[in-house]
Amino acid sequence: MGCGSSTNAYYLLRKSEKAFKAAVLIQRWYRRYVARLEMRRRCTWRIFQSIEYSCEQDQIKLHNFFSYLMDHFTPSSSNERDFISRILTEEESYKDTELEKLCDYESVEVPDSYMGPHLSFPLRPDHATALVEAFKQKQQLHARYVLKLLHETRRHLMQLPNINHVSTCYSEEVTVCGDLHGRLDDLFLIFYKNGLPSPEKSYVFNGDFVDRGKQSIEILIILFAFLLVYPKEVHLNRGNHEDHMVNLRYGFTKEVMQKYKVHGKKILKMLQNVFCWLPLGTLIDQKVLILHGGVSDMTDLELLGQIERHKFVSVLRGKKREEKCRHVDSAAMNSESPEGVDSPKCSSFPGSCLHPSASRTELSQWVRQTVQEELEKCRRQVGFGETPADKELTCVSSVTMSESELESCGTSHSRQEEWKQIVDILWSDPVPQEGCTMNTVRGGGCYFGPDVTEKILQKHGLQLLIRSHECKQEGYEFCHNRKVLTIFSASNYYEVGSNRGAYVKLGPDLIPHFVQYQANKTAHTLTMRQRISRVEESAFRALREKLFAHKSDLICAFKGYDQDDTGIITLSDWATAVESVLRLGLPWRMLRPQLVRSAAGGMLEYKSWLEHLAVEQRSKEHIQSSLLETIYRNRSNLETIFRIIDSDHSGLISFEEFRQTWKLFSSHMNIELTDDGSSDLVRSIDFNKDGNIDFNEFLEAFRLIERSHGDDKAAELPPTLHSRDSS
Amino acid sequence: VFCFAEALIADIQKKITEAFEVFDHECNKTVDVREIGTIIRSLGCCPSESELHDLLAEVEEEEPTGYIRLEKFLPMMTKVLMERRYRPIPEDVLLRAFEVLDVNKCGHLTKEELVKYMTEEGEPFTQEEMEEMLSAAVDPETNTVRYKDYITMMVVDE
Repeated sequence: MGCGSSTNAYYLLRKSEKAFKAAVLIQRWYRRYVARLEMRRRCTWRIFQSIEYSCEQDQIKLHNFFSYLMDHFTPSSSNERDFISRILTEEESYKDTELEKLCDYESVEVPDSYMGPHLSFPLRPDHATALVEAFKQKQQLHARYVLKLLHETRRHLMQLPNINHVSTCYSEEVTVCGDLHGRLDDLFLIFYKNGLPSPEKSYVFNGDFVDRGKQSIEILIILFAFLLVYPKEVHLNRGNHEDHMVNLRYGFTKEVMQKYKVHGKKILKMLQNVFCWLPLGTLIDQKVLILHGGVSDMTDLELLGQIERHKFVSVLRGKKREEKCRHVDSAAMNSESPEGVDSPKCSSFPGSCLHPSASRTELSQWVRQTVQEELEKCRRQVGFGETPADKELTCVSSVTMSESELESCGTSHSRQEEWKQIVDILWSDPVPQEGCTMNTVRGGGCYFGPDVTEKILQKHGLQLLIRSHECKQEGYEFCHNRKVLTIFSASNYYEVGSNRGAYVKLGPDLIPHFVQYQANKTAHTLTMRQRISRVEESAFRALREKLFAHKSDLICAFKGYDQDDTGIITLSDWATAVESVLRLGLPWRMLRPQLVRSAAGGMLEYKSWLEHLAVEQRSKEHIQSSLLETIYRNRSNLETIFRIIDSDHSGLISFEEFRQTWKLFSSHMNIELTDDGSSDLVRSIDFNKDGNIDFNEFLEAFRLIERSHGDDKAAELPPTLHSRDSS
Repeated sequence: VFCFAEALIADIQKKITEAFEVFDHECNKTVDVREIGTIIRSLGCCPSESELHDLLAEVEEEEPTGYIRLEKFLPMMTKVLMERRYRPIPEDVLLRAFEVLDVNKCGHLTKEELVKYMTEEGEPFTQEEMEEMLSAAVDPETNTVRYKDYITMMVVDE
């Protein structure tokens, strides 16, 4: 070859070198882009989880509020006494005859105009499939049939033991599903992919059927119908959301009242008495244990098997007030010599026991002491101080009592023990660290480590623990050396595109096979970038709300870094300050670009930053801004309390009831309310002349009713189902 | 005496630790080695795969465990950030890279061309990476990659 060819070759080589380099450049750039997306996705996830769990913590705080009232509130008038007892009377699970009377369906007429499905009992398989079809067509089951179905379900559940026993030798495979949380589309998708329940197809549904999603009642109806039709093949476990106290806050109560305006109250009452009869767990082949939350180091399957589970209508209610009063009074009357009052070790547990041999003076001293403790605890929980001690508490220490206390408490103690067994299996979470500590994030149950799992499995000869309770990005996740499996069946739980749902199948070999899915058409047409952006937007909206709700505390914290009062702090200090106030454990420096738009030279003008946040949130300017903030921060609690007071679920409460509630609430939550502030509050409410407050209007006025744009959009889409298979 | 450099280093270290902790699932100051690339890139660096490999070699244990510890990662990453290594690629440089691949100079690449370059040249993409890039880069009407528009769209997110 001559010169020309070698020049050619050289040229070609250079050209291909260039192409190579260009390709590397583009790939480098792209991989960085993807990495940043992945980081954003993880951060978004963390935001949602930390906010979700801090909400659950609020719920338990609310419980503590009621327990605190039970233990220490002295009604100053008969009005107040009635009011309190109305809130605090523990609901007993009713006897059959009482229920038949209260929640009767016979008197409920089905009009000719009703176009929905008709049920006759005993239910047949075609009824169940008809229900599935009807709900696909967006029909609603008539209240009469709902009530009858609930009665029959209860009757069936009453015969079941606390722990279901399933064997794979009868039906070859068992399918286990996790939390559904009112996502009917996900249930349809599961049935579509896996088949309806039948003698050949066994299912275990591991709790949390209701709340958050908008079709909780439909899910319950379908699950109960199949339970009645195929009692050997369909098994339901109770979850922490199968609890009317939780439902008040997380949307199920609201859903039922909206869909069943006339008979909703009856249905809700009936549901309380169905939920408490749900079994607590399922055991497959004596080897695989399925519980909703998890276990604690005190979990005892034998004891669990013996408990009268229906006595725990709500896991969030403590003991009866009357019982406690009797206790204290008799001790005081005996006037035994005071032995000195120790701070009871179980005071960190709601519904604490009093030392029985205390005299009146010791009693009042103790009351003051525990009131102080309780207030301190609540202040800490609301974020006003440090809580290093809490983390060291173990479940064991909180139930310790002296011998004499054990004796005198008698049945109430073993009831305490039983209660703890149930809370632990419904609310606990597995963690990588060994040991068993109080679940301070959720406020109930424990954090249990691999050693606790190992102990339980060995003790009962088990090989796997399946639980739900926590949302997982892929719909399922192993931990504790693959001895614990979390299965979560509500896809797009936080927002469209946030996570997949999954179910697990077990054959006689008990090897788990997974199927994942995502029930939303748009989730698939979006690119990864769009999906992440959308979920991210939602998360940051929620986070900004939280920041706004803590405006005053944030200003205080920022001022701490701005001794010279220049109005400016470094971005680094911003991050530290925000974490110290919100305590969400979030990577603030990673999130900063989304939260702080303008920061010249790494410095932030914090006042104007907060102003920008406020502008987005504020609605009523004439209300004291700190009051607005406080309402905003506590709005879920407020709504829950209001709903409890409105016992007939009419949406109306009297003006007087409102005032009393507000007084109680603000004194407990340590809110300062000036007279001007409270009269402003009252003036902003439209109430009709008979002194009733339509509190829906009130909540709406302050934008306190949660709006989930994502859910609304999803509901409008036609129910075509797409899925991605990966086992 | 207030030292600006110290404050800067402290801030950088907090940032690195935060990013690290996002992937520290067991809360024991270790991350899976496969996530290190993501962490480094999300901190603003843009290394190539081979550069990443070199960085990893610095922080891996003598006998690789599959995990990287924060105490090894932190000093290495602090140095990288302080020295401003592996800076992100400016938009115009990126554009020129696409233009090199666009041999016919028509302002776009066909889907096949892009796939060929990305999976056969340089540090090849996995199938997943390729699919994901295509989903956003390909203009569905023309089935081509109008790279100028693509770059503009992607850069908006930065």
